[in-house]
Amino acid sequence: MAAEPRKRAGANKASSPWQELAESYLVHHRKVARESAERLWRTPVASSMTWMVMGVALALPVALLLLLTSLQGVSAGWENSARITAYLGEGVPLERARELRAEVLDDSRILEVELIDKEQALAEFRGSSGLEDALDYLEGNPLPHTLVVTPDETSRSASGVETLVTRLQGLDGVERVQVDLGWLQRLNAMTDLLARAVWALALLLAAAVVLVIGNTVRLAIENRRDEILVAKLVGGTDAFVRRPFLYTGAWFGLGGGVVAWVLLQVSLWWLSGPVERLAGLYRSDFALNGLSFDGALALLIVAMLLGWLGAWVAVKRHLDDIEPGEVAGG
Amino acid sequence: MIEFRQVTKRYDSDHTALRQVNFSLARGELAFLTGHSGAGKSTLLKLIMVMERPSAGEVIVGGQMLNKLPKRQIPYIRRHIGVVFQNHQLLFDRTVFDNVAMPLEVMGVPARDIGRRVRASLDKVGLLNKEKMSPLQLSGGEQQRVGIARAVVNKPPVLLADEPTGNLDPELSADIMHLFGQFSQVGVTVLIASHDIALINDMQRRTLTLDHGQLIAGGGHGG
Repeated sequence: MAAEPRKRAGANKASSPWQELAESYLVHHRKVARESAERLWRTPVASSMTWMVMGVALALPVALLLLLTSLQGVSAGWENSARITAYLGEGVPLERARELRAEVLDDSRILEVELIDKEQALAEFRGSSGLEDALDYLEGNPLPHTLVVTPDETSRSASGVETLVTRLQGLDGVERVQVDLGWLQRLNAMTDLLARAVWALALLLAAAVVLVIGNTVRLAIENRRDEILVAKLVGGTDAFVRRPFLYTGAWFGLGGGVVAWVLLQVSLWWLSGPVERLAGLYRSDFALNGLSFDGALALLIVAMLLGWLGAWVAVKRHLDDIEPGEVAGG
Repeated sequence: MIEFRQVTKRYDSDHTALRQVNFSLARGELAFLTGHSGAGKSTLLKLIMVMERPSAGEVIVGGQMLNKLPKRQIPYIRRHIGVVFQNHQLLFDRTVFDNVAMPLEVMGVPARDIGRRVRASLDKVGLLNKEKMSPLQLSGGEQQRVGIARAVVNKPPVLLADEPTGNLDPELSADIMHLFGQFSQVGVTVLIASHDIALINDMQRRTLTLDHGQLIAGGGHGG
């Protein structure tokens, strides 16, 4: 925003008046941008307070958004591994189970069907449950044949899975169909709710940032009242008079964005250990993702825009009040 | 250059500052505007600078009717009018040079031209060696001259001065008047509001006299 590249002046002697005007316009922009930055720099304590306020107000919603995307990543991962388990009736023979498997596999919405016959199931159960001795006391095998159905990618949505469940339930010989998606749906519902809350919070905090900058710029306008008067007296346009304050707002925004980014990185670093341990306990590949380069850039740009907007509000509200009418006296 | 046609300015509170004022100033003319305090001198200057709009009549500066001028055009008119104030209106947080450079910066003059023109202007008022000082370090007369340098730095066709010698001793006042005379010789239309009768009589120039908002002398001739 500050430093537009510019061709060296004087190199081209035959430059048109328009070129010259555009050039001096850019030079002026650079000068104003630099001067507003220097002004902030000259009052480091006051400026950094504003930066901190902005940084905190920006970091909070961004942190929640990051958490949200990480959670959405979790549920997306689980949807990919969604499987439907169809338990067949107790009396259904193995031949019928094989027929059913072929029938289900015919459906284009289904990627794969695995048949686990009752003997295999018992062996697995025996191996994993630690109830070997107890199972020996059973007369027969109480477990049914089972079909483990993996839906096609296109049918892995919540509604797609649901239609598949209805279809499987309608098959002769299938007794019970189970999808362990309940918790996933709850997680989805929760992330949806969280998403709305985060956006509402982000909006409120953005408004707070605009107001904070607006107020700070209002004070700056009051401090430079004389300068504004003189600029208006000698024929400064409104845009000319506004410019330094808009740059001030943008610089406040940029500083706030940088503080927010630093806050985010520090808290991520601080949280990363515990999060990894927790995810490990859940055997999840969940990870809190930091801001990407693009994300950080977007944060800075949004922060600058908010600062600029805040300055604009203040300027609109207060600059028009300063008119040179009173200077000349009665 | 400056023309008033039947100009009346009435403020809300039944107070009429100017009543049907008619006069016109030619290019390169130097005139005084005088009258008791509250006679409407400042109002007249404000109308030329479009700080106020007339209640009736027409104000024409440089061939442009100011009555219906849109608000965003006002800055461009002011660039053609240099103004010198009694209280200088200088900015003390910057150097003499930067003060004088302001009208040029506002117009978007390239930096290399600004230096040249500011120095030419300071040279004219005899303050070339003080460009790096703060106005606070200067005497009252010098501050006033900085104000004049700022008013003429962009070579405006019209120069207004509101009590420019108000706080100065007679010798300094004569110096400043001499400067104004020089500007009028190069074609600048100069209008000086003042109630320093002795000084005005010394100069032997056209004098517009206001009394309770009415122009009672000096309105008759001129181009």
